[in-house]
Amino acid sequence: MSKPLISVRGLTKVFGDFTAVDGIDFDVAKGESFGLLGPNGAGKSTTMRILAATSTRTSGTVEILDKDPEKFGPLVRAHLGVVPQEDNLDGELTVTENLFIYGRYFGLSKKFIKGKIEELLEFAQLEEKRDVKVQALSGGMKRRLTIARGLVSEPDILLLDEPTTGLDPQARHILWDRLFRLKELGVTLVLTTHFMDEAEQLCDRLVVMDKGAIMAEGSPQGLIKQYSSKEVLEVRFGSDRNKEVAPQLSQMCERMETLPDRLLMYTEDGEKLLEQIAAAKLHPTTSLVRRSSLEDVFLRLTGRTLIE
Amino acid sequence: MNAGIDVPQIQRFGSLYIASARLKSMSKWKAIIAAVDIGNPLFYLIAVGIGIGVLVEKGSGTSGTNGIKFIAFIAPALLANTAITGVMDETVFPTIEGFKWRKLFFAQNATPITGRQIALGVYLAAICRAIFSVSVYYLLLLAFNVVDVGISLLLIPIAVLGGSAFGAIILYFAAKIEKDDQFFNILGRLVIMPMFLFSGTFFPLASMPIYLQPIGWVSPLWHTTELGREAAFDYGISGLMVVVHLIYLFTLVAVGVVLSRRQFERRLAK
Repeated sequence: MSKPLISVRGLTKVFGDFTAVDGIDFDVAKGESFGLLGPNGAGKSTTMRILAATSTRTSGTVEILDKDPEKFGPLVRAHLGVVPQEDNLDGELTVTENLFIYGRYFGLSKKFIKGKIEELLEFAQLEEKRDVKVQALSGGMKRRLTIARGLVSEPDILLLDEPTTGLDPQARHILWDRLFRLKELGVTLVLTTHFMDEAEQLCDRLVVMDKGAIMAEGSPQGLIKQYSSKEVLEVRFGSDRNKEVAPQLSQMCERMETLPDRLLMYTEDGEKLLEQIAAAKLHPTTSLVRRSSLEDVFLRLTGRTLIE
Repeated sequence: MNAGIDVPQIQRFGSLYIASARLKSMSKWKAIIAAVDIGNPLFYLIAVGIGIGVLVEKGSGTSGTNGIKFIAFIAPALLANTAITGVMDETVFPTIEGFKWRKLFFAQNATPITGRQIALGVYLAAICRAIFSVSVYYLLLLAFNVVDVGISLLLIPIAVLGGSAFGAIILYFAAKIEKDDQFFNILGRLVIMPMFLFSGTFFPLASMPIYLQPIGWVSPLWHTTELGREAAFDYGISGLMVVVHLIYLFTLVAVGVVLSRRQFERRLAK
């Protein structure tokens, strides 16, 4: 493998007496789509702002394109595209004005930016909105414009912090499609998310973060294989009875998690397990067999769900 | 990467890129800015020049104002105050907006542009606004026959210097405060208003009780007004005082710019 584009060792960030990031290590290779998965407050955004060469770190080393972002901020940022969690577009300016001004911040020639804008408008599916003020756009359009803005300088690495948080399902799917296209074009993506479906869709490799630390690292499928069973049977008996039947059920499967509203039973064959439960004369009010997901990995690693 | 990013050029001109983006944003408000910058002086010149001025001169002639018509006496102060409020509008709002409301500074800082360049860019754009506002005011003073074109043209750079001095300091505070709820009220009512009233604006500072005069001494408005009066109608202040006024104003500019640039950089790096 060639030298990684991003290399992080023992990265720590302390705010007062709160440790937001607690000694994490990871590498990101060229062309890879790398994810930081974890609940709100896991330290993902703090890590991203350090990778974006804007925020300082308390200790540890970070190298982006062979440079320390704290010492060579402008030089490192010249190679990055940043899509922050909150869209910080200039609402008073139009779509094209936003792209144009941003391109100028990279010192790009007017001619280059004008050509690039056409390409980006098409990519972000915003051709018809080109002269519309940004404040009049929908949430999904603003997100796509923020991503387009991050691409104006043809960055080597695109950093996306919670790219689809706050979007409706349709807008999310459009966005995933766009990001997938970037991935195909070979753009190195680093993204944070607390949506396990997003991580599964977009990431080649990811780290699971909780309370500032990395709990596990691997591909989505690899992590699921390592930390969960093939299938999950979700059963509900009603909130009071869940607890009563839990001890008996836990004997029937490899592992079980008791959530407030349901029981998750980990097994290689969900249907078979459901038959066993019926044979034991336990009748759940609802049941569902599904494949294991990153949500189950997170639950296994931390004992908590991703979205609480 | 083949987009043609030129980092050394950004390091040289980054603040100008920010300033031009700020001017672009201001241009979206050009109708309002023009209305304020023309309307405000008009109201003042009519109310004070024709109304209060006549009253003052009826009472004591021009003896209280060193033999100068009342409206001409206060004109340099009005110009300076215009520069101050213009710079303030274009530093305080964009700064709080940039850090907090819409976080535009964080977007700018995600490029090779630095926090220091953002601070300077916002400041330079605010000075451009002051130049515009003061020039409009000056033209109205000519139209109302308050000043004669000539040496009084110096009033423009002097007023802009005063606005820049105040603006540099206010830029620092706007970047410093994290809770903005009361900032505008305090700034408007407890800083701008007293400064406007007690800086020798409507009467020579020396005619106030000595214990109130320090308000004028620290106020950039007073220093600017004194310089303006000297330039416009040979007010009779000593050469030494001219130097003192200039040093005071330039010191505020230097201190404010240094502090602001550092504060922008720190806050963005958190």
